Amino acid sequence: MFKESEIVLESKHIMKQFPASGGKTLTACNDINLNVYKGKTLGIVGESGCGKSTFVRMVISMDKPTSGEILFHGKNIVNFSEKEKWLNRQNMQMVFQDPLASFNPKMKIVDILTEPLMNFGRLKRSQKEAKAKELLEMVELPADFMYRYPHNMSGGQRQRISIARALSLEPEILVCDEATSALDVSIQKTVIELLVRLQKEKKISMIFICHDLALISSFAHQIAVMYLGHIVEVLPGEDVAHNSVHPYTLALLGAQFSIHMDPNEKIESIESEAPSPLDVPKGCPFQNRCEHCMPKCKTEKPVLKEIAPGHEVACHYVTDKK
Amino acid sequence: MLEIKDLAIQYGKQAPTIEHFNLSMKKGEIVSVVGESGSGKTTVIRAVLGALAGGGKVAAGDIVFQGKSLLNNSKDEWRQLRGTKMSMIFQDCGGTLNPIRKIGSQYVEYICTHSNESKQEAWALGVSMLEKMRLPDAENIMNSYPHQLSGGMRQRVGIAMAMTFNPELLLADEPTSALDVTTQAQIVRQMMELRDNFGTSIIIVTHNLGVAAYMADQLIVMQYGKVVDRGTRDEVMNHPTNDYTKRLLASVPEMEGERFV
Repeated sequence: MFKESEIVLESKHIMKQFPASGGKTLTACNDINLNVYKGKTLGIVGESGCGKSTFVRMVISMDKPTSGEILFHGKNIVNFSEKEKWLNRQNMQMVFQDPLASFNPKMKIVDILTEPLMNFGRLKRSQKEAKAKELLEMVELPADFMYRYPHNMSGGQRQRISIARALSLEPEILVCDEATSALDVSIQKTVIELLVRLQKEKKISMIFICHDLALISSFAHQIAVMYLGHIVEVLPGEDVAHNSVHPYTLALLGAQFSIHMDPNEKIESIESEAPSPLDVPKGCPFQNRCEHCMPKCKTEKPVLKEIAPGHEVACHYVTDKK
Repeated sequence: MLEIKDLAIQYGKQAPTIEHFNLSMKKGEIVSVVGESGSGKTTVIRAVLGALAGGGKVAAGDIVFQGKSLLNNSKDEWRQLRGTKMSMIFQDCGGTLNPIRKIGSQYVEYICTHSNESKQEAWALGVSMLEKMRLPDAENIMNSYPHQLSGGMRQRVGIAMAMTFNPELLLADEPTSALDVTTQAQIVRQMMELRDNFGTSIIIVTHNLGVAAYMADQLIVMQYGKVVDRGTRDEVMNHPTNDYTKRLLASVPEMEGERFV
């Protein structure tokens, strides 16, 4: 399903540390290795504070990793100059969680939509309205929306505008950071349908951060589960429901509420809180919440091992059992 | 126990935000109110608590709690009711705590306002409530500032405070929406335990249909300020008749559900 030759972006041993008070360091991302394939979606799930957003910020060059490489078509983008970063942003665009906060409230939609193209000198002033019309049509909004201001639109319409703006540069990679979390379910569904349609038409690769496992498994080709800065499991999107093996992924699945679940069924969840990322325990990061914790887990950090094609897991319990 | 009859709520001089809202609740019953943003879910429970924001007023209908209408309550009557007989859990309980005072001091103040306990007794009661919410090391939490706790812990502190006097009616406005799934599951389970142990009646407002379905004895679906569908969990979730409910249910992402790719 995933071919080596179709890798668009590759992250190799990405590590990001922030200095914290008291001489401590906070490791937000620890040895992240992920591949993004052409026209495919990579979903990243995890609890708040696990380093999902930090990772994508490094992918789009908003932050610099402490160590490691990010290869875009084989070219390391980590050490790009400001100019190169700016030019490279034409290849990668981002959709944020709160569209209202990412728009200038005093700009009309026509200006918001065409600003990226104007910025890179790829559009003449006289073509602005035609281009805005085309972009609005792409995201299924009426053309007269271009004379509106962002506050005159609903949340779903605004999110469509930010998708249109991000796609105006025809990027190869679209990064969505919780792009649908603020939307109602029915609107969320239409936005996802739109993203999937555009992905198929334009062969865009997507990185989609999400905390709803059910949602992400409905459209992601591969899913990476993150916990405390570590990738603990990577698996094909359609396998999540049945083939997940990492105890943390299973805990996330157990905590999902479904509209068809049996009300007498006990809802499973992990009781304790995640440890502070300032002092991640030695060994497996998940050890203190894991019911299968073994002595080995407290001393040795598990690394990702492939257990099936496209399915990697970092867990002693799972890999030793086999 | 709680009866809402033909309620209409109006903000300023606009057309009514809520119209013809009816609800009747028994002791120990859980009612879920679901709907999309702007459908008036929060307005309804704020009206029950007599805390409508920004010039909202009840234009018609009646809210009867334990045989007494709440609409003409004086400030003193409200003060006796709120926090003891009925209490509310907000979406962001952390936001309702004073950021520059320790949890303990706020908790003791809250208990002393509503009862005649001494400060020491109030402290002990606070600690025992936090322990009931399965918060680890409750003494330590009493001595912490809100920002030192995680979102899930703050939410549990808020629920512990709301539960202190074993209220007969608990109003929960999106109590889990800002939380991670694992924490959400913990909070939902604790709210269910409250009902099982103390017979608390709960009205939960949420846009998470999974949570609503799991908790509810009675479900109310709202759209544009009107009740479009209502019934038991089985009626609404498994045999929906209303088109809007069907559409809403169809758009909930499900494990092993529809795949777009």
